[in-house]
This record gives sequence, C-alpha cells and structure tokens, in this order.
Amino acid sequence: MKDKILLAHGSGGKLAHELVEKSFVKALANPLLAKLDDSAVFDFSGRLAFTTDSYVVSPIFFPGGDIGKLAVCGTVNDLAMSGAKPLYLSLSFIIEEGLPQSELEQIVDSVQKAAGEAGVEIITGDTKVVHRGSADKLFINTAGVGIIAEGIDISGDRARPGDKVILSGTIGDHGIAVISQREGMSFSTKLESDCAPLGDLVAEMVNASPNIHCLRDPTRGGLATSLNELAKQSGVSIRIEEEKISVREEVLAACEMLGFDPLHVANEGKLVAIVPDGDADKVLKAMRKNKYGKSAAIIGEVRAEKPGRVVMKTVLGASRIVDMLVGDLLPRIC
Amino acid sequence: MRFISEFRRSELAEGLISQIHRKSRTPARFMEFCGGHTVTIFRYGIRQVLPQTIDMVSGPGCPICVTANADLDKAIALSRIPDIIITTFGDMLKVPGSRSSLQQVKADGAEVHTVYSTMDALKIAEDNPDKSVVFLGIGFETTAPTIAASILQAVEKGIGNYYVLSLHKLCPPVIRALLDSGEVKLDGLICPGHVSAIIGSHPWEFIARDYGIPCVVSGFEPLDILQCVDMLIAQVENGESRVEIAYRRGVRPEGNQQAMRLMEQVFEPSPAQWRGMGEIPDSGLKLREKYQRFDAELAFDIEPGPTSEPVGCICGDILRGVRTPADCRLFGKACIPENPIGPCMVSSEGSCSAYYLYGGSFEG
Repeated sequence: MKDKILLAHGSGGKLAHELVEKSFVKALANPLLAKLDDSAVFDFSGRLAFTTDSYVVSPIFFPGGDIGKLAVCGTVNDLAMSGAKPLYLSLSFIIEEGLPQSELEQIVDSVQKAAGEAGVEIITGDTKVVHRGSADKLFINTAGVGIIAEGIDISGDRARPGDKVILSGTIGDHGIAVISQREGMSFSTKLESDCAPLGDLVAEMVNASPNIHCLRDPTRGGLATSLNELAKQSGVSIRIEEEKISVREEVLAACEMLGFDPLHVANEGKLVAIVPDGDADKVLKAMRKNKYGKSAAIIGEVRAEKPGRVVMKTVLGASRIVDMLVGDLLPRIC
Repeated sequence: MRFISEFRRSELAEGLISQIHRKSRTPARFMEFCGGHTVTIFRYGIRQVLPQTIDMVSGPGCPICVTANADLDKAIALSRIPDIIITTFGDMLKVPGSRSSLQQVKADGAEVHTVYSTMDALKIAEDNPDKSVVFLGIGFETTAPTIAASILQAVEKGIGNYYVLSLHKLCPPVIRALLDSGEVKLDGLICPGHVSAIIGSHPWEFIARDYGIPCVVSGFEPLDILQCVDMLIAQVENGESRVEIAYRRGVRPEGNQQAMRLMEQVFEPSPAQWRGMGEIPDSGLKLREKYQRFDAELAFDIEPGPTSEPVGCICGDILRGVRTPADCRLFGKACIPENPIGPCMVSSEGSCSAYYLYGGSFEG
C-alpha cells in the first residue's frame, strides 16, 4: 500500500510528516523550507510583485512537461510579466487518494528542476488528500513573489499608438500538445508543450530597454485573448499581420482537424511584448539571444483608432477582426 | 508537401487574386454551400479581395444550423429521460431549442457527453451497460458513414444499449430545393469539399446540366477557395456550366465507395425538416428496417412539447441565402456568441458566427 497516496498522507499526522520530509523538503532543498515553521520568513525591500494560480491540467503528464513544471512556470511567468524578478514560490497540493507515490515524486522532481531553471525557491507549502472522486489525481496551487527594479513600469494599460507588438515564438504548442493526450481525443503528434520559465528572457528584455510598456503570457484563450485584453485595458487598437505569426505545421494541422483557431490555443512559454517603436529592435535583438525567444518577431503595431479592437491583416492582404475566445474550444462536426 | 501552409502562401494568393481581377468581366453571384467554406472566406477576408463583379452569398451547409427546432427539442427531451446518456459533437451543446439547450439540461443534471467520434459514443455504451446511450446523429454525408460504422460495430459486438437519433441531412436534395424555389439566383456554386470526399463530384452534375450553373468542388484553405472562384469565373466568362474539382487532393469524381456502401447498408433516404426550408423529400436518412432497434425515436417515448421559433431570428432566411446576418435586428445585439438566439450564431460554421467573429462587413 506504500506506493499510493492515502488519505492519511494529508492528515497532518505521521504519514503526512514523512511525506513532507522525504518527498518535499529533501527534493526541494533550501534553508527557508527546511525550517518547517508555519510560515516562511525572509527579509525584503523594494517593490514587490505577488501572484497566484491554480493548476488542474489533465492529463497531469503531457509531452514536454507535467503539472509540476507547469505550476512553477505559470506563476514565475505571471511575475515576469510585471517585469519582476521571481524569487519565492509557495506550493500546495490537493491530491486525490490513490495517486501513485512515484507519480507524485516525479512531479515534485520536475517542480524542483523548473524552480532551479527559473532561479526561484519553494519556501512554503501544503498538502491535502481528498477522497477518490473529489479531485482528479492532482491539483496544484502556487503563489509567488518577485522584486521589481527601479524604473520599470510594465502594465496592460500602457500600450500607446505607434508601439510595436513583439511575439516571442510559435503559438499553440502547449494547448495542442495537451489536447493530443486527452482521453477520447488521442492523436499522435511529436509536438511538445512549450512550457518554460520566462524570467530570464524578461530580465534580458528589460535590460535592453527599461521602457517596455506591456508584457503578457498568452496562456488560456491564446494570443487573441491577450491582445484583446491589452487593447481594451489601454484603450487602443492593435493591428497584427498573419504572416508574421509563426505556427508549427503540426499545430496548424491539429487546429484544422479540431476546428480551432491557433490564435485561441494556449501557450505556456511564450510572451507578447508591447514596446515603444524606438526600442523595438533592441528588445527583439535581446530576445533572439535567449533560447525562449529565438524566433521572436514583430507581429504588429498599436493604433489609436477604434479602441479595444484587434485586427489582423490576413495572408490574402484582407483584414479581419480577431476576437477573444468565447467559451471552451469545441471541435467542429463536418 | 505541407498540406496547410502551402495553401496559405501570400505570394501565390496575390497571383491568383490579380488573375481573378483580370478575368472577371460579367457580374456573377456565387454561393458557398458549406459552412466550412464560409469560415475560410471570412477568416481570410476573401470577399474583400474579390473584384466588385463577384457577389458572394453563404448557403445552408451548416448541419447544426439547418437542424429544425422540433428536432432539437427531441434531443433535449431525450436527455431528460432517466438513465439515458446523450453523446454528441460539441457544437450541439449550446444550440437553443424551443425552450432549453443541451447545455442547460446538462447543468440541471442530465448526462450529456461530448465526443469526438462515434466510436467514443459506442465505448461509453459498452462501459455503461445499465444505461442507454444515444448518439445525436447530426451532420451531412460526411458524418453519416461513421455513424453507420458504429451501428455495424454495435451489431458485431452485441451492444444492446446504443441508439442513434438520426437527424442526418443530404446535400444535393437541399440544393435542388433551393434552386427550385427561385428565391436566389446563382451564377456559380462552390460545392462542399468534405461532403464531396464521400459522395464524389457526380451528384452535382444535375446543377450544371439542369440549371446551367457552374459548379466547382473546393477545399478549405484560402488558396483552394481562390482557385475555385477563379475556375467558376472562367466558366461564367466562357458561358459554360460543368462540374469541376479544385480539391483534387481530397476528392475523386467517384467519391469514397466504401463509405457510401456503409451509409447505404445502414440508412435509407427519408424526408427531413430543414430550418427555414421546411420538409424536403429524400433529404434525410433513416435507419433501414434491419437496424431499427438502434433508432432512438422508436426506442423511447420522446415528448418534446410544442415547438416555437425565437422571435425576430432570421436564421432560416440566412440559410437560404436571401438575407445576411447584417439584416438581422438581433445580430450582434441580443444575439452574440456568448448568448446565441439562433443556431447560426452558435455553430463554428454558422454564417452569423463567422460574420460576428471575423467582422463580415468590416473594412480596413
């Protein structure tokens, strides 16, 4: 029975302590966590960014990552999108009883790997185990804090007419990689999720130009939703060019099959930046030097007319509206 | 060869567009029958790049949109019967019937599962022997063979709790009805690509022959549609009318014989109700006598109640090509994708949805 997570593992009793010490503290080793006090205590001065997100991805393992890597990268990226340097994360598990311990260990391991790469430490956490059926295998919540350097003011309401829109790479990889593994849906693809921590990329961008106006990671709802949010928040319109947006052939094919628009498909390792015209080339150059920004490109610009609207010049030279995703992505039927 | 990006190349498109502009002299109205084509046309802004001589109108080729409210009500009533699991393609969930939608009854506790293939529905039946599993058979000739295959497999495996509500529609009969009505004058027809992959191009011959209308079967990429329009214009300018295929990589003139055999083995033509067009003879499919035990309409006591149409919705007229979403008072105001009133706003292949999402009347 030792190989499965039991309700007792979340009871606060002996098994719970064993799990925390053996599986978590050891794997995620750092002095702040190892103290195991009720809260992690650390010194801090300056402007703080603070964010939280819950992760319920299904399946919990997918090509290119798992729920652990996602839970670190997602929160790290949310911090980075404020221009913050991510420092510390909290990590909470809600586990459905019966989850194989080996799977949990594998996930904690990838939490550690992702945290290592992102340069953050997991300094506090929690574990709850719920009855079978009350959760689906494993849910994770992470919260994170980061520090914002002097002079950085990145916010969704700062896009100005004339600014350039930069996208860091291909779109749709994560959404299609995950969906390709879903039950009742499985189709074979070599595609991997793009799940990655973007803290370093952002640090290098901010280093190239502290004047970056907006940053967004186009996760759920995809690039289309992020651009619409930015256009609305800033009271501007955004015009992008279809030809400049790179989409892998596998993603295009899956989208055709399922009736999705790649602009609506989730990413977990991409960002869109809105940058003053004069700084765009500098930022682009810095991005292309980072492994997560190698194929970064300017995909469009910010305009004043028709605030709130996102328009795309299609490959035919015509224009069309790019709207937010409505509801869930649903497949077409013929 | 890359089958998608190759068909989206802007330099090839540019060449085709200027060829179309050079070639087209005679004013002509072309209908794209298929909702998939409507989506491509709006998603890439094809109407904007065509010459003023060419007028494009959308047709009734969206299976969800043409499903009559009375039939939707049957599906919803079925889902309310205890111990029935409804399995359906996702787009159906949000379509409003006379009083409710599958999404609403699901929220009220009905078991409604979205599936991606009929085989998934059959699997649900196998896994839930104490329940009855009904697949909502909505679609054209494209989906009917897969549903036929699921029924044959149910026979083979001895699965006794699998049923189909057959609301299938056939495309050639509705085009004939549309042309016979005289409501829309067409100079060319963009014939559906996926339907033709099954039935071939021969079933469209009567349109060219009896009605003198040029027909070209098209694929779904922007270059496919442009090539198709170019071929239609050539026929118009030469005063010809014949059936051509601009989608050779997907369609053979004789179609997919195996799929058609499956369909004919399990189904036979029957009259069907079309939204906005009423009953059209031989335009639907019902299960042959041998397979009637799979017919959900015969197996269950369905009480759909009285049917009503949403006030002010002009989906029926839009499906016949006589009006456009821009003519609808509800469009973009009361009727939006988040809160659809008519089915053409729900389906990803509906005209209203394409107009709304991609800005049908949008310039610039």
